[in-house]
Amino acid sequence: MSTTTPASVRRTAPRRRRLDASLIVGIALVAVIIVGAILVASVGRNFFSAGNIRDILTGMSVLGFVAIGQTLVILCASLDLSVPYVVSLSSLIAADLMAGNPANIPLAIVAVLVVAAVIGLANGLIVTKLKVNGFIATLGTGLIIKGYLDSNYKGTSGQVPWEFQLIGATGIGPIPISTLLMLLVAVAGAFFLARTRTGNHMFAVGGNEQVARLSGIRTARPLIVAHVLCSITAALAGLLLASRLGVGSPVVGTQGGYDLLSIAAVVLGGTLLMGGRGSIWGTIGGVAIFAVVDNVMSVMQVNPFLKDVVRGVVIVAAVAVYTSRSVDRRRPRFANAAPPPTASGSGPANGSDAREEARA
Amino acid sequence: MTAVTTDRPGFGQRLADLGRALVSPRGAVFLLLIVLLVAIALINPSFAEPSQFIRFIQRVAPVAIVAIGQYFVIVGGEFDLSMGSVVTTQVVIAGNLIGQDDAKSLPVLLLMLAFGAFIGLVNGLIVSFLKVPSFIVTLGMMLALLGATLYWTGGAATGNPADGFREIGRGGIRDLPVIDILPWSVLVLAIVLAAAIWFSKRPFGRTIIALGDNPTTARFSGTRNWWVKTSTFMISSLSATIAGVLLVGYAGVHPSVGRGYEFTAITAVVLGGVVLGGGRGWVVAAAAGAFALEALFTLLNFAGVPSTYRDAVQGAIIILAVAYSATTFRARRRGRGIDAPSPSSDPVADAPAEASRPDSPTSPDAATQISPPAATQTSPAPAEERDAEASARPAPIPSTPRADNETKGGS
Repeated sequence: MSTTTPASVRRTAPRRRRLDASLIVGIALVAVIIVGAILVASVGRNFFSAGNIRDILTGMSVLGFVAIGQTLVILCASLDLSVPYVVSLSSLIAADLMAGNPANIPLAIVAVLVVAAVIGLANGLIVTKLKVNGFIATLGTGLIIKGYLDSNYKGTSGQVPWEFQLIGATGIGPIPISTLLMLLVAVAGAFFLARTRTGNHMFAVGGNEQVARLSGIRTARPLIVAHVLCSITAALAGLLLASRLGVGSPVVGTQGGYDLLSIAAVVLGGTLLMGGRGSIWGTIGGVAIFAVVDNVMSVMQVNPFLKDVVRGVVIVAAVAVYTSRSVDRRRPRFANAAPPPTASGSGPANGSDAREEARA
Repeated sequence: MTAVTTDRPGFGQRLADLGRALVSPRGAVFLLLIVLLVAIALINPSFAEPSQFIRFIQRVAPVAIVAIGQYFVIVGGEFDLSMGSVVTTQVVIAGNLIGQDDAKSLPVLLLMLAFGAFIGLVNGLIVSFLKVPSFIVTLGMMLALLGATLYWTGGAATGNPADGFREIGRGGIRDLPVIDILPWSVLVLAIVLAAAIWFSKRPFGRTIIALGDNPTTARFSGTRNWWVKTSTFMISSLSATIAGVLLVGYAGVHPSVGRGYEFTAITAVVLGGVVLGGGRGWVVAAAAGAFALEALFTLLNFAGVPSTYRDAVQGAIIILAVAYSATTFRARRRGRGIDAPSPSSDPVADAPAEASRPDSPTSPDAATQISPPAATQTSPAPAEERDAEASARPAPIPSTPRADNETKGGS
């Protein structure tokens, strides 16, 4: 409900509140950039040079893809811990099917997306139909995929043709193609959340599944869709990594730690871990914060082990800054518990109207 | 938790209750454990020998202790992802600070315990006062601790501590009649488990469950939420410390010792029927979950399954076990739903009505009707207490995030 200006917003007060969430992420990002620029300048380098900006944007793209999908899943109050294995599997399938031949590219991409969609569908069905907590369900599917990967691949495999490698290697000016694609997916995701029925239902289901069900929403469908989309974006990240590496690798996903880092980025972007509130753009801001911090640390040649320490502190500190302002805001929604709107046809839009009236 | 439902049950009744408890989700982990152990014994008869079996318990001890610690955090409604890193850090501290000097063992042990408590304190205080989700806090702590440890050691294995210290994890009371050797780690596990059972029966332990079930109610009934929450994190870090002490002896000093323990522990706890999100669970079942998990690995090992497939089997078993308990809960709830008035089958449905007349005295009967999902999810034994607790629950606040577990069915 805090995405880009939903149609139901008419009054100014809630609009300011709504912008607040993304604003804080933006302010945090600007602060991180300023501190980073000063630190980078202190070692005699230019933070805003074209090369450095390209590095940061490149660093954003893979985690960005994963985090966009993770945002959808977390909005529905679930989690997806299987993403790193989906990333690895996708890179392997893509590289194996392409086998160095440009003619196989479309087939490989379709195959990867279908496999990912099936994995996502399995996750979604396990969560909704077998009523397994998302954390456990995706931990389990992740382990199953890991078992498959470990048993069938001993190391890197396949060969990605040069034409496909260009996607990861080229850019328009300082902006890499891969980041543009990621932003395109982000736009699509934001549009999906703000304008489509399933997208709106995701907020409702994540906010309170029982209320959503009582409002006549089929609660399973948004969750399944979110899991499918999350696996698909993870597969896109895998394709991108295959294009960067030129081969498929069974450990590329786990090495990146995309499961926990993507969740951290999503939460950094102001999405509530318990679901129901958040936005894609906040997530992109969170990913950007990570990319800037990583970039500053590599420019300053921080010890790789210390990087993890800094990363951990940054995650907690940034989320602390964010939640200290916004966590209490979840309460009033329930405290003013007016009788539920009688004609609560479609979740979030009506829900927010009712809230505004209660407040007025 | 087996046969307490009726006043004076006959033997047959008790047996039936026991059977039902074993098939019920709460008891399912014990059934799973028994099945796994029998299967192992069939494949490899020597496993059933007492001396071999005690070795098995010794191997499980660190995992089980970590799971017991994780249980308190999870039942209090939070996560602790930093446990694995705490284990690693403690192992490295022991290796580097004790060295070959036996005299240093005790001071360093005290230092490790203090350090563990400190880590838990930091986690808990950040979660309580900065309102950062525990998932994020402990994830940050995990990254920071692991990074700091690797930075300290340079990522390589470092020297083992004095043998006297390692004896805790490796040695035991020797030359016993039946079991040949009683490892110290088994004793430690028994003490930790006994302490955990005692603790969870104390008012404070019950407060943890109340906090996990509904933080708002807990606050209204006078709980210092921040202190209860912080102490659960301290318990988990301390248990990770104890596991670290055992692992120093058992596995030696290496920065990879303890990696992945947080997920293993969460898996074990969930396998034990503890609900993620808090409020329901039994610490013995959590420990049994750790045993079942380790028994599963042993079985796969004996059965000659390639080690690479172990993860896949583990994943499938976790999903199936949790799905079993979740769907059984659902079925049972549906069955009981017949005697409860139908509109009250969902607490949220009644919430607004209750909210409109908050000062009207809620009769115990009404309260019991309002909370059938909560009541039916508990095992037969604590059901009565549960109801008493539920009648004290103010109806207007069912929408805390925890309420999601009712439908998510969590497991």
